[in-house]
Amino acid sequence: MLYAVLCYNSEDSVFSWTKQEEEAVMAKLIAAQEKMARAGKLGPVARLMPTTAATTLRKDREPPVVIDGPFAETKEQLLGFYVVDCENLEEALDFARDLGNANPSGSYEIRPLLVFRPGTLAQ
Amino acid sequence: MNDIAWIDAALTSARPRAVSALLRYFRDLDSAEEAFQNACLKALDAWPRNGPPRDPAAWLIMVGRNIGIDAARRQAKSKPLPDDDSLSDLGDAETAVAERLDDSHYRDDILRLLFICCHPELPATQQIALALRVVSGLTVAQIARAFLVSESAMEQRITRAKARIAKADVPFETPGAPERSERLGAVAGMVYLVFNEGYSATGGELPLRAPLCEEAIRLARLLLRLFPSEPEVMGLLALMLLQHARAAARFDADNSIILLEDQDRTKWDKDMIAEGLALIDKAMRHRRPGAYLVQAAIAALHARAARPEDTDWPQIDLLYATLERLTPSPVVTLNRAVAVSKAQGPEAALAMIEPLASDLSGYFYFFGVKGAMLQKLGRNEEARVAFDRAIALANNAAEAAHIRLQLDRLQQDSAPAAKKV
Repeated sequence: MLYAVLCYNSEDSVFSWTKQEEEAVMAKLIAAQEKMARAGKLGPVARLMPTTAATTLRKDREPPVVIDGPFAETKEQLLGFYVVDCENLEEALDFARDLGNANPSGSYEIRPLLVFRPGTLAQ
Repeated sequence: MNDIAWIDAALTSARPRAVSALLRYFRDLDSAEEAFQNACLKALDAWPRNGPPRDPAAWLIMVGRNIGIDAARRQAKSKPLPDDDSLSDLGDAETAVAERLDDSHYRDDILRLLFICCHPELPATQQIALALRVVSGLTVAQIARAFLVSESAMEQRITRAKARIAKADVPFETPGAPERSERLGAVAGMVYLVFNEGYSATGGELPLRAPLCEEAIRLARLLLRLFPSEPEVMGLLALMLLQHARAAARFDADNSIILLEDQDRTKWDKDMIAEGLALIDKAMRHRRPGAYLVQAAIAALHARAARPEDTDWPQIDLLYATLERLTPSPVVTLNRAVAVSKAQGPEAALAMIEPLASDLSGYFYFFGVKGAMLQKLGRNEEARVAFDRAIALANNAAEAAHIRLQLDRLQQDSAPAAKKV
């Protein structure tokens, strides 16, 4: 089953890391993905820019309005995601735990995928 | 990153919101800072044991306010402080406070705190020092190092700034729309001053002063989160990201300046450039170009050019013309002349800067640019005079060294052909 692992954290806090702290966490996160990558179970991986770079199209009005900023103001923001192929929830949770060990804070939401199209984007 | 490093990052990021809310309660900068400090001490004790709170800022505000109130009571009645257990029992109270801290309130809180730091009665150097101390939470030692002054001098500067603030009339009521936008403009200016303190550092000082650039970027992100649809705040953040992206390419091993056209562009930070470009894209949609956004757009045209010869100089010339309209100044015209010299040739550029001579008679860059243009036109004797004047006006050793290099080239150009090897 395909799962999305959605990474939430306080971007205030993440963007207060020093360059060295940031590099250390990123290196650990890459190491944490290695097992899945070697098993051919790691799909697309994305890290998002901060929500200050986001724009939202809202359809609750006609015509839809474009608003600067994220869809919802929350304490923790969606900062990135992984798509992984796992036998079951336990395996997906194990992957999330590995990521969690590499990261000093934040939460990981594991959401099974309903539809997945890998798309045609070249690397 | 260990627990302590994580807590440190959480305290740093919660600081502006917490200190500014405490300032609203206590209406005094020193009391607010002290309450925050004490709350941080409690956090260092409580968070490793109980795990981090859901909303660190709300926790710190709650605890800081209680400690502050207790301190005031104790002063009044000489009553002992409550013991730690009663203070650390915060589970439900924290949720209650978090709910009461509505976002519009905290937006004005932080804006007020930043605005106090750039009070018009404070000279620019005091504004920056105060903001770095109070809002960013840098230690006096860190700020002193970044300003290249002694710790005691910096301590004095901050104390003086606080004394002026205490005497000045600081409004605590919620600002109306015009005051808010006025405050926002003043705060944006202060943030850019912080950035420029770091950016104007010469090679050898860079490791000490570059953190000022990073802090300014962090403050601008904070400001943009509070005012997500202000194109000038987007422009300010984009401008700083695009300029700071070049940090690793701006100086050579001997700490000499490397001009934009000679920089190794592969050393530019691609992530910062991408974020800067995304912000400009967003800001452009508002069709209200301000000075920061136009400068960011100019920086973006440099960032987009893989090689110096790919630079869209005619477009840069147009953007500088817009900037001249928005903020007329001889320095802007001087910058525009550089673009004109690339787009149309040095003759047109030289004609453009001639009228600036009296305004900029004490300005290093004017003579540097003038010398370079004269040199391109083969007017070497006049170029030498301009370069000599530039050296006399140089602000630091790196600038002087850069001009001396131009003079050396001039020397070689002017030497008889036979002597050239």
